[in-house]
Amino acid sequence: MTRRIVVVSAGLGQPSSTRLLGDLLATATTDALLESGMEAQVEVVELRELAHDLTNTLLAGFPTGGVGRALETLAGADAVVAVTPVYQGSYSGLFKTFFDVVERDVLRGTPVLLAATGGTARHSLVLEYALRPLFTHLGAVTVGTGVFAASEDWGSAGEAEQGLTARVRRAGTELAALAGARASSGPRDPFADPVPFEELLSGM
Amino acid sequence: MMQFGIFTVGDVTTDPTTGRTPTEHERIKATVAIARKAEEVGLDVFATGEHHNPPFAAPANPTVLLANIAAQTERIILSTATTLITTNDPVRLAEDYAYLQHLAEGRVDLMMGRGNTGPVYPWFGRDIRDGIPLAIENYALLRRLWTEEAVTWSGKHRTPLQGFTSTPRPLDGVPPFVWHGSIRSPEIAEQAAYYGDGFFHNNIFWPMSHTKQMVQLYRRRFEHYGHGGADQAIVGLGGQVFMRRNSQDAVREFRPFFDVAPVYGHGPSLEDFTRETPLTVGSPQQVIERYAAMADEVGDYQRQLFLIDHAGLPLSTVMEQLELLGGEVVPELRRIADARRPAHVPDAPTHASRVAAAGGGRDMTVHAVDEVTGASPEVAR
Repeated sequence: MTRRIVVVSAGLGQPSSTRLLGDLLATATTDALLESGMEAQVEVVELRELAHDLTNTLLAGFPTGGVGRALETLAGADAVVAVTPVYQGSYSGLFKTFFDVVERDVLRGTPVLLAATGGTARHSLVLEYALRPLFTHLGAVTVGTGVFAASEDWGSAGEAEQGLTARVRRAGTELAALAGARASSGPRDPFADPVPFEELLSGM
Repeated sequence: MMQFGIFTVGDVTTDPTTGRTPTEHERIKATVAIARKAEEVGLDVFATGEHHNPPFAAPANPTVLLANIAAQTERIILSTATTLITTNDPVRLAEDYAYLQHLAEGRVDLMMGRGNTGPVYPWFGRDIRDGIPLAIENYALLRRLWTEEAVTWSGKHRTPLQGFTSTPRPLDGVPPFVWHGSIRSPEIAEQAAYYGDGFFHNNIFWPMSHTKQMVQLYRRRFEHYGHGGADQAIVGLGGQVFMRRNSQDAVREFRPFFDVAPVYGHGPSLEDFTRETPLTVGSPQQVIERYAAMADEVGDYQRQLFLIDHAGLPLSTVMEQLELLGGEVVPELRRIADARRPAHVPDAPTHASRVAAAGGGRDMTVHAVDEVTGASPEVAR
């Protein structure tokens, strides 16, 4: 069965090293799934394109413009790669805004690989003190290995044991293992499958 | 016949074009004038919201306003949008709305809602996390209070009752028809379907795709619970319009109100918002075309309410909107709706139709002492 991998990238540059990291992680995950005989399909949610619509969504209270489709894409994911640049020591405001408008329980049980980019490796713990608590709150299953890429990583010897390529490969393998083990059921639809009223009444 | 009307949230909002803010007194009296005008131009329904905080001058208990309007009108149905089933005591709701039924000669129905102002729950000693359970338990009790003379009841959210009689009894022995309003909660569509009550989707801030999903759920479950076919379920929709003879004039005049309006102001552009939600700013003909097509999305439906008096629009403008709505838009929408609707799709229930369905009206007055046994009413039963 084909696994749906969704990359959520909050990179703003064009081209963006944040998006590049997201793509590398998606490829590593796809490769690992293929090795276990599973197909993968990758979709990318570029938050830059949704920046105005996300602000309008906050103000209007319903998903405006392309936000609705992005949220549907996320809800249908078997695995998520969430990648943000580090701003002022944390995830970017745009990144947080997107996850602020995700409905409750949409990511519950979904494997999520955490990744971030920044100027120096001094920020690498942002994955642990900022991203991981956010996704724990959302009920996601976070992959043990997060990937932080500092500027210097893009010019380092990638194949070294601790190099970026090795870290990407390890993280992708871990995400693939979770995504492959997960029963792909698609998003739960309370409109197709409501709780019967007798059950609501007796729950009182 | 399909019902058309207006609903208000009673916001006290500064007119952005003049900088003037009405007083509460002005807003309250304007609301009564708007309701009278709605009847005068031939609309079927006036509905008021319930609010407990500024900047709203909607009544905390809608029956106060509706009783006053009932005394000044002859024909229009008085309703709510919404009555808070979560934070009001169902006993007071049973009593107040039955009393209003008597004053208004049955021209009353009501719409249950959970409210969208978080602090209202703690203000009335409730917990917002209990929103759905409160709506379910309170409404189940309210129905019993209206249909059973002596109610013995216990639940999680209010003091138990022993042989309690809610007075006055519903007019002609028939309680007001109830709509359930919800934008996002499938549980409420399920509740409306279970009881065979009406379901109202206030879609004014929502895309049609979402409205359609909720209405379809309600219709499917209405049929599941044996109240009739899915296309016979009782559906109402919200709407929002601003009209001028010339559509460019409508856009030019409404834009300053839209841009800073409560709820959606400073957000999406007028153009985006009109594309994504039912808001229609233009000529009466444009409004007719847009709203006549709603039934293509949700099926033939029974009630359409318009929001026309918010965001600081001056009373004179609201009156002009009502003239256009009642004079041109609604007669045409009514004609289109009635022409396309199959015969087996019912009208929205009214007091008269509900009395007829019950086989005629019965006076249900509960006397202090039973004439035959001499016992008090709870023992006499």
